[in-house]
Amino acid sequence: MSKVLNFTIDGVICMAEKGQTILNAATANKIYIPTLCNLPGLKPRGSCRVCNVKVNGKFLTACTTPVAEGMEIENNSEDIIDIRKSIIELLLVEGNHYCPYCEKSGNCDLQAIAYKYNIPAPRFPYQFPDRDIEATNGKLLKDHNRCILCKRCIRGIKDEDGKSIFAFKRRGHKVIINIDTRLSANMTDEMAQEAMDICPVGAIIKKEIGFKVPIGERKYDKEPIGSDIEEIKATTI
Amino acid sequence: MGQKLTIEPVTRVEGHGKVTIHLDDENQVVQTRLHIVEFRGFERFIQGRPYWEAPVLVQRLCGICPVSHHLAAAKALDVIVGVGPDNISPTAEKMRRLMHYGQFFQSHSLHFFHLVSPDLLFGIDADPAKRNVIEVAREFKDLAVQGVMMRKFGQEIIEATAGKKIHGTGAIPGGINKSLSIEEKMKFLIGKDPLNVDQMITWAQGALDLFKDYHKKNKNLIDNFAKFPSSHLSLVRKDGALDIYHGVIRAVDTEGNKILHDIDYQDYLDYIAEEVKSWSYMKFPYLRSLGNKEGWYTVGPLARLNTCDFIPTPLAQKEFEIFRAYTNGKPNNMSMHMHWARLIETLHAAEMIKELLDDPDILEGELVRKGNKTIEGVGLIEAPRGTLFHHYRINKDDQIEMANLIVSTTNNNTPMNRAVELVAKSYMNGQEKITEGMLNAVETAIRAYDPCLSCATHALGKMPLEITLYNSNDEVIDIKRSE
Repeated sequence: MSKVLNFTIDGVICMAEKGQTILNAATANKIYIPTLCNLPGLKPRGSCRVCNVKVNGKFLTACTTPVAEGMEIENNSEDIIDIRKSIIELLLVEGNHYCPYCEKSGNCDLQAIAYKYNIPAPRFPYQFPDRDIEATNGKLLKDHNRCILCKRCIRGIKDEDGKSIFAFKRRGHKVIINIDTRLSANMTDEMAQEAMDICPVGAIIKKEIGFKVPIGERKYDKEPIGSDIEEIKATTI
Repeated sequence: MGQKLTIEPVTRVEGHGKVTIHLDDENQVVQTRLHIVEFRGFERFIQGRPYWEAPVLVQRLCGICPVSHHLAAAKALDVIVGVGPDNISPTAEKMRRLMHYGQFFQSHSLHFFHLVSPDLLFGIDADPAKRNVIEVAREFKDLAVQGVMMRKFGQEIIEATAGKKIHGTGAIPGGINKSLSIEEKMKFLIGKDPLNVDQMITWAQGALDLFKDYHKKNKNLIDNFAKFPSSHLSLVRKDGALDIYHGVIRAVDTEGNKILHDIDYQDYLDYIAEEVKSWSYMKFPYLRSLGNKEGWYTVGPLARLNTCDFIPTPLAQKEFEIFRAYTNGKPNNMSMHMHWARLIETLHAAEMIKELLDDPDILEGELVRKGNKTIEGVGLIEAPRGTLFHHYRINKDDQIEMANLIVSTTNNNTPMNRAVELVAKSYMNGQEKITEGMLNAVETAIRAYDPCLSCATHALGKMPLEITLYNSNDEVIDIKRSE
């Protein structure tokens, strides 16, 4: 049996297996820590920083940091929540996120976290970037206006030889996620649906099936994001 | 000394507009214009978006009757996905119809009770402090409650069919995304008093009786205010019945002769063109066969009752017969009779809601169909305010590359301008002092059309009425402002 580590999150005594990340251990202890780039089954990247927690006074990403014996973790303190909110708000102003006509609305993690943290409007000015839609693929559409560059698609959607169908293109602030024309040519409907589902926002859209799930039956229509995990409700400010 | 009067913004209508009235040295009206002062640009910024987004995106034009845009776009996209409006499943068509009749019911109720009743109950020239919906609620409490409840009922029908009361997602290309649950059906059929369909039918009849009684007592005003000859255009069912969801386009001239003979709306561009004028963001549609001078027409409740042959529900049909008999079967060109026609349609909508709720197809069945995709489609629907055209063309990558929307109020552009001119002339010509009551008369004429001046999503809060008088050198000589 693997070694059991004792630690606390917001003063609640928790237990973890050795090697378990703070995020996975928190989930196992029924405590919700928000994430955008992380997805169970994929190697964590710590790129979105939404899962920031404070460990012994230091900010660390919960998805990449392993639990150590005696760790005192803050998850719902005022400064952590403010950092998470500011990250969400920066993502909202950096792209063009128009929820009213986005078909991912109700199933979108970014929107759901914004609701969870009561963000009625971002504190930062909107950037309104001029971005395209890439629609030449027969099955998928890539809306760069909504992409948050989390790399979930690059890491999670691969062909039968294990090659990524999505890849970064360009550098710096001009970076976008590109669909490989050759590899995606034989994409199945199931794969296209998987790509749409893996995207935490509405940047990857399966063609021709929009808005098929009625309002009221979407993922976050009934309960806020994290409700399936948490027993200790996250503080909202 | 010549004068220019400006009414800005026009109140108790959806959206923003202004009226300018030019007077000559003898205070004779020489020109009046209704200006639409907002530019929305939906036709342009929808370009590049995936086609299946259109029903959800374009409905954001309006917060009062978004269902019309939602359904008109969906109908155009039915054609693009190769299903066509005649071939969607019975469940999809009936759910869409239920959504649409729910919208008609709430929109017409809102217009009559909230926007128009102050003019009828207190008089066109009553003190503006009195002439508003708050005072209606104070003095005619039962009537105000009815208005609120009727709107609520319609909105709840929309919520049950589209997912939300405003800006839902029910209609999708080729069908609908849900059927009605038995609980929803029973709620509307035998729901808690007063929110059930039988009560709505009774109240719709009551509103109609109220109008007819007012008509009897104020015959001169109702029959002669802003009365002018016009052609009329609307959708009718293929057998000539009133149909607000699907059919063919019919237009009649002022004598009732058909000038558009039940045409397929996919070919609307062969028959209808639009003219642009420099002083308004709203275009001026006209029938090509008659040209831009003579080809203008009226749409909306009055037009629909002038073009159709009958109404396919018994209580509304009875009222329709009385309505048609009033003009000996000829087209009715009395602007204030639009309220009468609107209330007959409100009754018809309630009857249709009941009929649809009793239909088993509404509870289960095929939701979406697919066919062979095409690149272009037109969707036509009768919005509460009149005929609404949506026309889309897509590229090979499923992106919209062209959108043309002719909204109901655009179709009514010329008639509204005519009505404004008539009323301005009859109330103001030669008058020494222009009173607030005279200006409200101008607004009353516009209000009869229930215009959605740029669709209502931007109209928030209290809208003041401001009138500015200019002399012939464009110098301000007087300002009136009612808060």
